[in-house]
Amino acid sequence: MKTDIILTGVGGQGILSVAAIIAATALRKGMYVKQSEVHGMSQRGGDVQSNLRISDKPIASDLIPMGKADIVLGLEPIEALRYAHYLKKDGWLIANSTPYKNIPDYPPIEDVLAEIKKFPNHIILDADTEAKKLGSSLVANVILVGAVSPYLGLEYNDLEEGIREIFGRKGESVVELNLKALKKGLELSQEFVKIK
Amino acid sequence: MKKLLLLGDEAVAQGGIDSGISGFYGYPGTPSTEIIEYVQRSPQAKERNIHREWSVNEKTAMEAALGMSYAGKRAIVTMKHVGLNVAADAFVNSAITGVNGGLIVAVADDPSMHSSQNEQDSRYYGKFAFTPMLEPSNQQEAYDMVHYGFDLSEKYKLPLLLRLTTRIAHSRGGVEVKDEARPENEVRLPDDPVQFVLLPNIAKRNYEQHLLAEQPALIEESEKSPFNKYIDGPDKSMGIVASGIAVNYLMENCPEGCNYPVVKIGQYPLPYNMLKKLFDEVDTVLVLEEGYPFIEEQLRGFFNTSPKPIKGRLDGTIPRTGELNPNIVAKAIGKEIEIVYSPNSIVKARPPQFCDGCGHIFFYKALNDVMEKYGKGRVFADIGCYTLAALSPFNAINSCVDMGASVTMAKGAADAGLLPSVAVIGDSTFTHSGITGLLDAVRENTNMTLFILDNSAVGMTGGQKSAATGRVEDIVKGLGVDPDHIRIVNPIPKEHQTMVKVFSEEIAYPGLSVVIPRRECVQTYIRRIKMQKKAKAAK
Ligand SMILES: Cc1ncc(C[n+]2csc(CCOP(=O)(O)OP(=O)(O)O)c2C)c(N)n1
Ligand code: SF4
Repeated sequence: MKTDIILTGVGGQGILSVAAIIAATALRKGMYVKQSEVHGMSQRGGDVQSNLRISDKPIASDLIPMGKADIVLGLEPIEALRYAHYLKKDGWLIANSTPYKNIPDYPPIEDVLAEIKKFPNHIILDADTEAKKLGSSLVANVILVGAVSPYLGLEYNDLEEGIREIFGRKGESVVELNLKALKKGLELSQEFVKIK
Repeated sequence: MKKLLLLGDEAVAQGGIDSGISGFYGYPGTPSTEIIEYVQRSPQAKERNIHREWSVNEKTAMEAALGMSYAGKRAIVTMKHVGLNVAADAFVNSAITGVNGGLIVAVADDPSMHSSQNEQDSRYYGKFAFTPMLEPSNQQEAYDMVHYGFDLSEKYKLPLLLRLTTRIAHSRGGVEVKDEARPENEVRLPDDPVQFVLLPNIAKRNYEQHLLAEQPALIEESEKSPFNKYIDGPDKSMGIVASGIAVNYLMENCPEGCNYPVVKIGQYPLPYNMLKKLFDEVDTVLVLEEGYPFIEEQLRGFFNTSPKPIKGRLDGTIPRTGELNPNIVAKAIGKEIEIVYSPNSIVKARPPQFCDGCGHIFFYKALNDVMEKYGKGRVFADIGCYTLAALSPFNAINSCVDMGASVTMAKGAADAGLLPSVAVIGDSTFTHSGITGLLDAVRENTNMTLFILDNSAVGMTGGQKSAATGRVEDIVKGLGVDPDHIRIVNPIPKEHQTMVKVFSEEIAYPGLSVVIPRRECVQTYIRRIKMQKKAKAAK
């Protein structure tokens, strides 16, 4: 089992916490993990990405080869497309639909979503709105982890354990909220795939 | 043994802690910053009181580390690649003095210039100074090489350069770490009381009888190093020399092992015999290395009488610039990876931006208003968050070269008659390398205006503590700037008019002025408030 995931977003959106949940879960299962991050210049509103590889065998490269990614998970729609060409043919492009507009030439959002829909395997969900419905815009990330969860090669209840591990220090109510967000993401993603 | 998931940088830090180090020295710089940040968070380091405070710049860090080594203890000095330019005088001469306690210079290169002005390859410095070098290919090696490197450094009494690159430094991988740390060295003077006194006759002795005399032994160490390996393969039509992270990209493309014979390089000077053996056995040699064609050039020298082709960056097999990746390596070994999708033209560039509320924004708004009447091309800036003003909508600065160059370039331009001449520097960059340049301007009362943007932090690299905090005016006064022309402003929207007035007055003044816009970095402010809340809640 080996899953190669490219996580993308805008600096400050928290791709590293998404990576942390998935990596912690994989490690708990005794898997190998490599996670390459961008630090430095990109911390303020610039595009950021992280290569996350999990496998039951040792992993050689820190970078995912272009053309071989199993999943590109975008916390923002343009950012999802920025690395979509790393996907293998039947890879999954999973994107939050809420644009982060901090550039003057942001294209019409319908056009962006239309490009995402051209990928045979794609899922689009409005994680920001769903997060607000759950009571905290901070859990948009975890909703996206839920959305990607069927494709990670990890068991759902192991991801729940991963969430407990990462958020445990912050108290039971935070854990509960994030577990709910995870569940919501999974439901939305399953629904999307069904009606597509 | 426990297994931790560590960044390459963190593996170096933990490797140091576990191999009996007494001090880390360094100045922040991507991608090396996380080495010292890890040590600053480490309970072990705190308990042992390992030195872990930032230095003012890479040169002071290098010299302090050499001082610790003089006293018999082990030290690591960390910096980004361009930091080694700043520390070069100390580094090159530390190879002539040699060391007492083990000394490792951990330098992180940034091929592809993700966050740097250039992609210089530090291995040339190691060769230039004749020091042994190590280059890890994964996080485990980064950890192991520190212990090994200290042993080598102490055995040969020479400093050792540990070369990292972005994708090792900033990638996490599993690392098995030792359960127990080796004890630190005791304070112990060098056996030879004049070892560190580089008067010409002693320097000549050290250079010839120690540094150069040890070179054959260092090559011999490389021949038998656990980090250099000859891995045979059945297909002799090509041989591959791979170093550092290139080894990973090669293995990624050959999961069942490589068909060609491979020499893996992790220790320098290069193992001549190992390479000769490969060269003799194969028809062509492909060199895979992150950075400049360092090994490739040396191979061309070693085997210059042979017609066998040597392929790499110099003949175009590998792109001449930029970092490697698995796809480039795949192509070079004839296993090109199929790419189904192409980059989408709807995707627009998203450059980094000032944080909302950052004082730099309001400073530049005022500066732009004042400079409008003088025309473009007069603002010499420096390196830090404030360099972002080179981009739209500010388009406010005309240079960014090396730390401190704003002050001295503005001076040179003023000397040339380009008036007014304005310099913009951050507080940390000012203490790093701006102070000495300002003293030049003080001596001649140069007609220029220096803005020191004091946000009490090293913002660009993640908000480390700045050595300038709380003492910028004192430094400026102490250097001899006329106190009437040292002005402090608060860069917030409501102070716009005041800033415009102060800036106009000081720019019009035909001598040296220093203006200090002072406002804490938004990021460090947010962090500080969070910590305070946490501390309160804990009470
Ligand atoms: C010789 C050298 N060392 C380190 C760096 C990395 N670096 C770039 S900007 C910067 C610090 C900037 O801090 P400051 O001047 O206070 O400006 P701020 O980012 O806070 O606005 C550092 C450490 C570098 N580019 N060159
Ligand atoms: S990190 Fe600090 S100095 Fe840099 S842009 Fe943000 S607020 Fe400004």
